Amino acid sequence: MSRSRIGLRLAALGYLSLILLGPLAMLFYRAFAHGVSGAWTALNDKDTIHAFKVTLEAACIAVPLNTLFGILCGLAIVRGNFRGKGLINAFVDLPLALSPVVVGVSLFLLYGRTGWFGHWLIGNNVQVLFALPSIVLATIFVSLPFVAREVVPTLREIGQEQEQAAYTLGASGWQTFWRITLPSIRWAVIYGVVLTTARCLGEYGAVAVVSGSIQGKTETATLRVQEEYENLNYAGAYGISLALALIAVLVLVAMTFLKPHEKAA
Amino acid sequence: MAFKKRNETFDRATLIKRGLAAGAAVALAGVAPGLARATSKDATINLVAYSTPKPVIAKIISDFQATPQGHGISFTQSYGASGSQAKAVAAGQPADIVFLSTGDDVNTLVDAGLVNSNWDKQGYSGIAADTVVVFALRDGNPKKIKGWDDLIKPGIQVVTPNPFSSGSAKWNILAAYLAQRHLGKTEAQAQSYVQKLFANVVAQDTSGSNATNTFLSGKGDVLITYESEAINARLKGQNIQYIIPRQTMLIELPIAVLQGSPNRDAANQFIQFLKSASEQGVFAQYGFRPVNKVAAAAAAKQFPVRPGQYTINDKLVGGWRAADKKWFDLNNGIMTRIEHTVGGPTAG
Amino acid sequence: MAFLSVIVGLPIAALIAASTHTGTSGGFWHVVSSTEATTALKLTLGVAALVALTNAVTGTLIAWVLVRDDFRGKAIVNGVIDLPFALPTIVAGLVVLALYGPRSPIGVNIAFTRTAIFGVLLFVTVPFVVRTVQPVLHELDTEMEEAARSLGANGFTVFRRIVLPNILPGILSGVTMAFARAIGEIGAIVIISGNLPYKTEVASVFIFLRIQSGD
Repeated sequence: MSRSRIGLRLAALGYLSLILLGPLAMLFYRAFAHGVSGAWTALNDKDTIHAFKVTLEAACIAVPLNTLFGILCGLAIVRGNFRGKGLINAFVDLPLALSPVVVGVSLFLLYGRTGWFGHWLIGNNVQVLFALPSIVLATIFVSLPFVAREVVPTLREIGQEQEQAAYTLGASGWQTFWRITLPSIRWAVIYGVVLTTARCLGEYGAVAVVSGSIQGKTETATLRVQEEYENLNYAGAYGISLALALIAVLVLVAMTFLKPHEKAA
Repeated sequence: MAFKKRNETFDRATLIKRGLAAGAAVALAGVAPGLARATSKDATINLVAYSTPKPVIAKIISDFQATPQGHGISFTQSYGASGSQAKAVAAGQPADIVFLSTGDDVNTLVDAGLVNSNWDKQGYSGIAADTVVVFALRDGNPKKIKGWDDLIKPGIQVVTPNPFSSGSAKWNILAAYLAQRHLGKTEAQAQSYVQKLFANVVAQDTSGSNATNTFLSGKGDVLITYESEAINARLKGQNIQYIIPRQTMLIELPIAVLQGSPNRDAANQFIQFLKSASEQGVFAQYGFRPVNKVAAAAAAKQFPVRPGQYTINDKLVGGWRAADKKWFDLNNGIMTRIEHTVGGPTAG
Repeated sequence: MAFLSVIVGLPIAALIAASTHTGTSGGFWHVVSSTEATTALKLTLGVAALVALTNAVTGTLIAWVLVRDDFRGKAIVNGVIDLPFALPTIVAGLVVLALYGPRSPIGVNIAFTRTAIFGVLLFVTVPFVVRTVQPVLHELDTEMEEAARSLGANGFTVFRRIVLPNILPGILSGVTMAFARAIGEIGAIVIISGNLPYKTEVASVFIFLRIQSGD
C-alpha cells in the first residue's frame, strides 16, 4: 500500500520536474542570472506598469463574466433539456480550438475599417480596435470555456439527489442553488477561475493582432514581454513573465481561502 | 416530472435574464472606454514603426520636444513587424506617421488610400535613414565565411527571416540576387543561386528581430540581417561579429505622413527635423547610415562603403512594385517556387 | 444567449464569411489542399493527439497524488500547476528552449525538432487534465472504494473499476481542452521550431502566415 503510494508520488513529481519545474526554474534563472537590476528596471518602466494595468483591467472584466457564464452554462448543459444544447456545448469549446491569432483576425473582420461594423464605428468616433475594448473582447473570448468545462464533470458526478431533497423540503430555486449546488461545485469553480485568470494573464496572440501595441496605451504585459525580447532585454522579458506567474499564484492562494470545510471522514 | 420542469424553467429563465444582463455589461464595457478615449483633443502624433528603431526614435522624439516647434506635442509609439504594422494601419490603427522597413509596406498604405502616392518624392526620396545587408557570424568565424559564395557551400547553416512576412528578408533576397547578377551571372544562374541559398537555410522566423534572437540563441552559422540590427545587438551587450560582403544592398527605410492626419503640419515638421544634420547624427550613433550628406560625411569612418552597393531602383530590379510581383507574389513569385522546392514556407 | 452570441458567434460568422470569399485564385480549397497545408495539418493533429493522450495519463496521476496523497511541499506543487498557462506562450517556448536547447546548461539539445514541439506543448497543457480531475476526485465518495477493498480487490482493480468510470468525464473534459489548446498553439512553436515546413511547421503557424499575407 505504502510502496505504491510512494511510487505514484515519485512518478508524478518526476514528470512535473522534467516538464514543468525545470523550465520554471530556468525562468527564474534567466530573469536574475545577471543580477536583479535588469528585471527590476523593466518592471519599473512606466510603460510596463501601464501594461500590467491593461492586463489586469481586461482580466477583471473577463474573469467574473466568464465565471458567471461558466456556472450557468455548466448547469444548462448538465441539467437542462432544451433544443440547441449540443450546439451550445460545441460553441463553448470553440475558443479553445481556435488559434489566438485567428481570434484577433476575426475581430479585425468585425471592427476594422473595412469590417462589418467598421463604418458605423468610425463614423461615430468609437475606437474598438487598437484600444482597450478590443483587448477586453479578445480576452473574454479566449478565456470563455474554462469555468464551464470545470463545472460540467463535477456536476455530472454529484448528481441531483441533494437538490431534489431540498426541493421536496420546500427550498426555492435560488436557495437551492446558493446553499446546495454552489458549495458542491466550489472546487470546480475555484480551479475554473484560476485557469481563466491564468489564461487572461498569458494571452498574447489575439491581443497582439488587435491592440496595435501602442506604447503606454494598448500594450498588455505579454506584449511587453515580446517587446523586451525583441529589444534584446532578456532579463526584462523574463522578469515580466515572472511577475505574471506570481500574479497567477496569488490568485490561486486567494481562491483557496474560499475552499469548503473538509468533508467529515 | 414536476421537479424536472421546475429545474429546467429555473435554468432557462435565469439563463436568459443573466445572459442579457451579461451581454449588456459586455457591450458597455466594450464601448464606454472607446467613447472616452475618442474625445480627447491634445496635439498628439501617432507614430507607427517597424520593430527595431525604438531606441533611436525615442531619442529623436525627445530632442524634437525640446525644440520650440516640438514643444507641447506628445507622441504615441507603436513598434512591430513592418508588414503587420502596415496592415494594422490599413485596418484603422490611428497613425499620423509611419516609419517602415520597406517601400513595399508604404505602398500597401498608398493602395489603401491613406498615403499620398508622391510620398517618395519628399526630401531624400522619402527615406529617413539607410543601412546595409550584412552577415552576422559566430565568434572567430570558424567556418571562414567571407562572401555570398560561401553561403551556398554544403553544410553551412543560414538564418534569414521568412520573406512573406518580413521586410528584412526581402532585402536579403534582392541583395543575393543583385550580387550574383552584378558579378556577371545570368538571370537563370542568379535565381539558381537564391535557390541553393535557401536550401541551406535552417530557420525562417517571421521577423528580422526574431531571426536575430534565433541566431543569438545558438542556431546557424550565419545570419543575414541589417547592419543596424547587428550594431544594435552590440550596443545591447551581445557578442556579435559581422562582415559587410563586397556586394551588398543599400537598405532604405521609408517614412511618410498619412494624408488624413489632423496633425499634418506637426508631423511634417517632425520629419524635417529627423532629416536634419544633427538628428541624422543621432541615427549614426545608433548604427544607421545617415541620408543627410553632412551627417553622412561626419560618420563616414563608421560605415565603410562597399564596391557593390545596390539599391531597390537598380535597373535589374526596377523598384518595389516590380520586385514584389516578380519575387514575392504568392502564386507566381520566384520565392514561392523556390520555397516549394526546398520545403520552405510559402506564405507570410 | 446574448453573451455567447456577441462574444463568440459574431467573430465566427465573420471568419466563415471571409474564408468563403474568394480572395486569391483558388481561395480556400487551394490553400487547404496544398501539400504544405496537409503536411502541416497532419503534423499538428498527430502531435496534438499524442499530447492529449500523454496528458490523460499524467494529468490523472498528478491529480490523484495531489488529492489523495499528502507530503511536504504539496501546496507548492499544487500552486505551480497553472503557471505555464499564465505565461505568454513565447516565454513558454523560450524557457523550454533555454533548458533543453542549444545553450542548455544540462547538455541536452533538442531544439528545432518535433521533440521540441512536443515538449513545449506538454508544458503548456499541464494544467488541463489535472484541474478537471481534481474537483471530481474531491467530491468522490470513498465508500465504494473502501467496500471494494474490503471485498478483496487490489488497488489497481479498485481504481480501474470504481474510480476511473467516475472521473472519466473529468479526464475527457481535460483531454479535449489539452487537444484543442495543442492545436491552437502558435507562439511557443514559432520560436522553438524555427519554422521549417515539411519538417516542423505547424498548422497554426501556417494559418498565421497565410492571414498575414492577406489570403
